[in-house]
Amino acid sequence: MTVSRRLLLGATGLLLGACDRLSMSPGVQRGLATAEGLTRRAQRLVINRTALAQEFPEAQISPDFRANGSIGPSDPDYRALVKGGFGDWRLAIDGLVERPLSLSLAELRAQPSRTQITRHDCVEGWSSIGKWTGARLGPLLDRVGLKPEARFLVFHCADTLDPNATDGANKYYESIDLIDAYHPQTILAYAMNGQPLPVKYGAPCRVRVERQLGYKHAKYLMRIEAVADYAHLGRGKGGFWEDRGYEWYAGI
Amino acid sequence: MSDPPSAEALVHRHALVTRVTHWINLLAMLVLLASGLQIFNAHPALYWGDASVFAEPWAALQAKDLGGERVGVTKIGDITLQTTGLFGLSGAPQAQEARGFPAWATLPGYRDLASGRRWHFFFAWLFALNGLVYLAGNLVNGHFKRDLLPERDQLRPRHLLHEIADHARLRFPKGEEARRYNALQKLTYLAVIFVLLPAMVATGLSMSPGLNAAFPWLPDLFGGRQSARTLHFISAGLIVAFVVVHVLMVLVSGPINSLRSMITGRFAIRVGAQP
Repeated sequence: MTVSRRLLLGATGLLLGACDRLSMSPGVQRGLATAEGLTRRAQRLVINRTALAQEFPEAQISPDFRANGSIGPSDPDYRALVKGGFGDWRLAIDGLVERPLSLSLAELRAQPSRTQITRHDCVEGWSSIGKWTGARLGPLLDRVGLKPEARFLVFHCADTLDPNATDGANKYYESIDLIDAYHPQTILAYAMNGQPLPVKYGAPCRVRVERQLGYKHAKYLMRIEAVADYAHLGRGKGGFWEDRGYEWYAGI
Repeated sequence: MSDPPSAEALVHRHALVTRVTHWINLLAMLVLLASGLQIFNAHPALYWGDASVFAEPWAALQAKDLGGERVGVTKIGDITLQTTGLFGLSGAPQAQEARGFPAWATLPGYRDLASGRRWHFFFAWLFALNGLVYLAGNLVNGHFKRDLLPERDQLRPRHLLHEIADHARLRFPKGEEARRYNALQKLTYLAVIFVLLPAMVATGLSMSPGLNAAFPWLPDLFGGRQSARTLHFISAGLIVAFVVVHVLMVLVSGPINSLRSMITGRFAIRVGAQP
């Protein structure tokens, strides 16, 4: 190896090393993350609050809809629910609400519903199209009556996705603001492609937040909590993946 | 350059707005490319249409077992190539890992989609705002009309053929003719500025589920979100190809003079010399 080649390789190595060190620096990450606020504000500015996500004809439904994240939670409480056909499952809606509610699956199915064929966009880059039927979240929130200080809804889930987390942030959770909560396509989906929601897609119920990426669509819902702030949950970023560096606003 | 020109005149070639935005653009595009490859590596397969048909990507970089040996494979249409060490499977011999693009091409080098996205979106904003400054500044100062729109004489077939022949022999105008860009240069710059880079932005925005709700025609324009992702990738490849040729042209046509003109704005031409 010639000296110049060694120099070139050495310089390249230094540059690449510097890039990785920059990526690992919390300060750099905080600086880069300022773009998320800009993106959220810009998108909220140009996207009408009630603008609907694209819907597709039946013929475009993906036969190979990918299941990601937890696909078969081993949490004992959840296994018991599966065994009982979700007969004992209850969805709690509480927190900063006037009239807390607890719904069985049959009661949820009796709520005002919506069916939509939408495209699910994973943060990894792929898309699948599915037909979702579920209770509209907006009317349910009207029923429980949000207190004025409520600003976000937190979705608490049954699945442990990171059993190795030592700080207690091992369960899946997500949060959305009230704009998305009241969006007409935001539903608590209990059916997929005309069938009861299968376990790998989040049985018995998952949320659909159609104008954001897939990780916002929390599966295995157990409880919806209205909060003023999500800083006290998990690692404080508003969701399982947000706690691991992903954007809270996943509109891009 | 080997022989210094006998009589050299420095002409003002690049406006300040062009020079400043050129270098900011270079930085932004380098970061966007490397972080884009990091994002691509999260799902190193490309599809056409609205959704992914996982069994049939039209292009994919994969790691596969071939007769008990791990190999990197690049699949494009019906063609499958072994690309171990570069695409699909790469890294130190003892620690090869399945990854689309190799560590040296991605930002960060290690696998971290969240970090790649942060780099990408921060620099996408920088790229877009910088591009707006460039467009506004050069619309005001008349650069596009004056310097980038080919003149009538440059578009005659005979002239174009002559230019192509000159390029093929790496001969470039040094005298009076060097006061203006040649036609191939003008057409290439126009295509990059007004077609390729806007296509990059538009295909990128087409992948946003938020913007899809506001502008459903945007992904439809490209044939669906997965098509937009594919075209985003192809456009990035075309930009890389442009940059390779661009740098090559700078190197063979007089790197010092070209670089100086993009830093100080001054470009030397030979006075009285034949083009």
